[in-house]
Parts: sequence; C-alpha cells; structure tokens
Amino acid sequence: MENLYDVVIIGAGPAGLAAGLYSARAKMKTLILEKDKAGGQIVTTNEVANYPGSIDDATGPSLVARMVEQAESFGAERKKDEIVKVELQDKIKVVTGEKDVYKAKVVIIATGASPRYLGVPGERELTGKGVSYCATCDADFFTDLEVYVIGGGDTAVEEAMYLTKFARKVTVVHRRDELRAAKSIREKAFNNEKMAFIWDSVVEEIKGDGIVEKLVLKNKKTGEITEIDAPEEDGTFGIFPFVGYIPKSELFKDFLETDKGGYLITDPDMKTAVPGVFAAGDIRHKSLRQVVTAVADGAIAAVQAEKYIENTFEN
Amino acid sequence: MVILEKDNFEEEVLNSKGLVIVDFWSDGCEPCKALMPEVEALAEKYEGKVKFCKLNITKARRLAISQRVMGLPTILLYKDGAKIEEVTKDEAKAANIEAMIEKHI
Ligand SMILES: Cc1cc2nc3c(=O)[nH]c(=O)nc-3n(C[C@H](O)[C@H](O)[C@H](O)COP(=O)(O)OP(=O)(O)OC[C@H]3O[C@@H](n4cnc5c(N)ncnc54)[C@H](O)[C@@H]3O)c2cc1C
Repeated sequence: MENLYDVVIIGAGPAGLAAGLYSARAKMKTLILEKDKAGGQIVTTNEVANYPGSIDDATGPSLVARMVEQAESFGAERKKDEIVKVELQDKIKVVTGEKDVYKAKVVIIATGASPRYLGVPGERELTGKGVSYCATCDADFFTDLEVYVIGGGDTAVEEAMYLTKFARKVTVVHRRDELRAAKSIREKAFNNEKMAFIWDSVVEEIKGDGIVEKLVLKNKKTGEITEIDAPEEDGTFGIFPFVGYIPKSELFKDFLETDKGGYLITDPDMKTAVPGVFAAGDIRHKSLRQVVTAVADGAIAAVQAEKYIENTFEN
Repeated sequence: MVILEKDNFEEEVLNSKGLVIVDFWSDGCEPCKALMPEVEALAEKYEGKVKFCKLNITKARRLAISQRVMGLPTILLYKDGAKIEEVTKDEAKAANIEAMIEKHI
C-alpha cells in the first residue's frame, strides 16, 4: 500500500518526539504529526530544572530543539497538520488531518494536555490582551509592569518567579491559605522580594476595554470582593492562570477508556484496549506528568509498537 | 515581508493605504516561529494586494501595547491605517488569517 506508515504519532511534545526517536531508530517508517509548534507544553516555559542530564539552564525550547534533532537524525518524518478524525479499530488505522489523510499499522496518541481556563467572564476575550498561559511567549510585554499569577502549584510558583525577571511585581493569587508547590520552590518564592501573595481568593471576573484593566477577586472565607485596578501610569497589567490542565482526548474518548478527568487508560506497556493503538505522555492516566515521564512513555510505546507489528503483520 | 521597527511603523502601517497585515512575534515565542513560514507563504500569495509586515516586539514592546497587542502570536489587519480585525493565540492559524483577508479584500 502506498504511503503506509508503520507508526503514526499524533503530537510532537516530549512524548511524541521520544516515541518518534525510538521508532525511527528501530527502522520503522515513522511520521510525527503536530498541529502547531514542535515541543508541546514545555516550550511555554524557560525553567526546566528537573530533567535529568539536561545542560545547565535548560529551557523548554532548548530541550525540545535537541529532541527534534535526535528524532529526525534517525529518520522520523514530521508534518504540520491538525488531526480532526481517527479510525483506529481496523488493522490499518486511518488518521485524518486538516491537510491530508495518513495510514498506519500503529498509532501512538501523544496529544498531551492544555491549560485549564479559569472559566470567568472576560478571560477568553482578554486572552492575548493581558491574559496569558505562556510565559516564554508573552513575558516581554510585562517588563516593568505588574503581574498576577493565579494558582499555587509548582508550575504557578515557578512561572511566577520567572516572571519576576521582567515584571516590577508579581502577585500569586491562591484559593487556599498555603501553597501546594514543593517546599524548595516555596522557600525561594517567599524569599523573592518582587513576589507578593493573596490567600484564600479566587478570580471572579477580568475586565478591560480591549486590554486588561481590572481583576475582580473574591475571598473564599469572608466572601469579600476586591477590585484590583491597573496602576494609572501603566494602564494595564498581566494575568497568568496556572490552575491545572485538561487532557486533549476529545477525538478518542468515544471509543477508548478514560478516567474521570478524561485521561486515557493504558496498561504499563502503553497499550489501550484497541490493538495497535498506544497512548503516551500527559494524555495518560498517571501520577506524575513531567517531561521525564512523558519521554519514558514514548520510548515504551515505540518499543511495544515494534513488537505488535512483528506479531501482527509479519509471519 | 517588510520588517517593522519603532521608526517605520507609522509610515509603513498607519500611513499606508489599502490592506496591511502585521505579524507580531518575538525571539522567545515558539508558536510565532512555527507560524511565520505560513504567513510568508500568504505574503507571496497576496503579493500586490496586501502588504505583509512583521514586528519583533522584543525591541518594540510599547509600540505593540499601543496597538493593544499583549500576547503572541497576534496578526493584525489594517485598512487605510486603521486596525480592522485580528487573530491571536490559538486562533492565529494560517486558515484564519486567510479568511480574515478574504473578508476584506
Ligand atoms: C508552564 C509549564 C511548566 C512546566 N514545567 C515543567 C518542568 O519544569 N519540568 C517538567 O518535567 N515538566 C514541566 N511541565 C510539564 C511538561 O511540559 C509536560 O509534562 C510535557 O510537555 C508532556 O509532554 P507530552 O508530549 O505528553 O504532551 P504535550 O507537551 O502537551 O504535547 C502534546 C502535543 O500534541 C499536539 N496535539 C494535540 N492534539 C493534536 C491534534 N489533534 N493534532 C495534532 N497535534 C496535536 C499539541 O499541539 C502538543 O504539541 C510544565 C508544563 C507547563 C505548562
């Protein structure tokens, strides 16, 4: 069959790139499909301190650039296309993108996750107008301005500290009275002179005429509403929500098993219940969603894909 | 594509007749870099009909904010010097940029 791939990987984040590297290195005809930039979520951050073996001061983009280089050096193809439909039940899988249709013996789903929205009025309208989920994209704009980071986990606090390199002041707004972030991260944050904290508070609304001008907070314990206005001399400020993630599993959840949060269920070999369909990375139900676990998933999926193809197609 | 800076923005965009596209990007913005080749392809396609420009905001932050741009990637469409439409962030895709142009051409 013309243009039949051994392995088609959906998503070029760390999981997809690692799967591509292992798959191409095992001499399987491999295609990695990505709807926008290669690298996934990790290219939105400049602070990756915990990926073992990475160079000093590794950033998301630098880490990913090397992963892409490695996958391509073994012959993995990459294409920019957004997948909109999949038919995975049969022996030959069909994956349909906006630009083209792809056929494969194995599909590895590595579509990852995306930031969870706050879901408050004004948030969508003012995204790109002061509301941002991507520090590497937008930190520049907030040089010498004030920034509010929403959330209290590792990502929220680390991104807040990164933003202090640009912003005049960074205030973390958290719905509880203590941070969830790891102790080492917390201590650094409390020692950072540019950081401030607002506890027990959630965002009610974001307001502004074409640009962020006002943040409305509600104290969960007292019910009190506080309106924060942009300082007059600035005219605006930044809002970075980091309040968790949602899995990108819509295309698959009708025929693959998911957990309550919508994450795909696999066995320890990354197999889903459908033969020849694997899932890897943040899209999976698992306890730690990091680059180090994403690449491990990708490697396992590719090795299992090879075994599956040997057993199913060559005898 | 015309490379914009603080000094030529007014002349190339605000004082320009007809349709002008401005691609706001920065060195740190990976999605911007992924999008740029597609915008360049559109520039070729619409040559002579729409002027395509790009602005690196790293050195022109205030200028970008003055155009109410505070997130990347953002593509603005101007007509006779006035901003008429934009696409930003997840919406900043080649197909949407083309649709925006087709609406006003
Ligand atoms: C701000 C931030 C900071 C972080 N910091 C760290 C850190 O310091 N250390 C660490 O280890 N981890 C960190 N993480 C977590 C880490 O980024 C993720 O665990 C990792 O990126 C997961 O990789 P993945 O490949 O599974 O998914 P993703 O990175 O989400 O990649 C999935 C890819 O699939 C693509 N895709 C989705 N759907 C489709 C479709 N239909 N068609 C085509 N392509 C599609 C997406 O565009 C995306 O590129 C951070 C995350 C964030 C958001």
